[in-house]
Amino acid sequence: MKITVNGAPAELGASRLDAALVELGYGEAKIATALNERFVPATARPQTTLSEGDRLEIVSPRQGG
Amino acid sequence: MPLFYGREIMSRMMLGTTQYPSPAIMAEAFGRSGAGIATVSVRREAGGAEGQGGGAFWQLVQRLGVTLLPNTAGCHSAREAVTTAQMARELFDTRWIKLEVIGHADTLQPDPFGLVEAARILTEEGFEVFPYTTEDVVLGERLLQAGCKVLMPWGAPIGTGLGLNNVYGLRSLRAQFPDVPMVVDAGLGLPSHAAAAMEMGFDAVLLNTAVARAGDPAAMAEAFGEAVRAGRRGFEADPMAPRDMAAPSTPLIGKAFLE
Repeated sequence: MKITVNGAPAELGASRLDAALVELGYGEAKIATALNERFVPATARPQTTLSEGDRLEIVSPRQGG
Repeated sequence: MPLFYGREIMSRMMLGTTQYPSPAIMAEAFGRSGAGIATVSVRREAGGAEGQGGGAFWQLVQRLGVTLLPNTAGCHSAREAVTTAQMARELFDTRWIKLEVIGHADTLQPDPFGLVEAARILTEEGFEVFPYTTEDVVLGERLLQAGCKVLMPWGAPIGTGLGLNNVYGLRSLRAQFPDVPMVVDAGLGLPSHAAAAMEMGFDAVLLNTAVARAGDPAAMAEAFGEAVRAGRRGFEADPMAPRDMAAPSTPLIGKAFLE
């Protein structure tokens, strides 16, 4: 399945968001996610199914002003 | 000390975490300024071995021992800002959000319409919103009606260091809502700018570039900290009213007659 992760194309075997994050190498990383411009809480990742063409954003804490 | 959404902060200085020459200098700047709040953001994280930048930064800011205020910097619509705030709440485990909805790419001035809309949505979702706003009194009132209990008017456009661009407007906003905690956010360049804001009765200042881009960031952070304390003390001491006519401070009575 082809989706977009942080603006770049990605090929995924997993169809659930929690499994996709492991496949993409995030493991235990401190991240938050949004799918197709909507926030997906960490607790909802196992119930969130990905579809072809989805846009996934994965963010972490960073410097801010 | 100021109360923001019921939480007392033991400093009137808020400091950003960007643009420092090194993490060590950033930590020293926080220590010497006495800042009680650090602003932070959320940004894209790479997966695998390239990632973990967020984890390293997370550990760094936790060691600062200050309260974190995540922002929605760079968002240009209410919807984008709301989603960013939701992600920030989960990452930083706080209801506080510095709400930025940028309306103009060059001046980075707030989009007042998107700002009010996002503030209303976020308040309904249980956020405690710190809106980055202009000094406009009507906009301030709308934000308060939307549920904000803090206002953060700009001094000047972000990163300019121009100081307090509209002293009359800031003074009007302060006078209009005397009981609302207010933070002058953005545009400060010199410690004297911070002191001036505090002398006007603002509760705190928020800055980043003026410290991080100084030749000696830690020393400038300390200078800002001193200016904030001096300005606040001056405000609390009830300054004299300025007047146009000169008045001698030394009594004329008893002056020797020498003509």
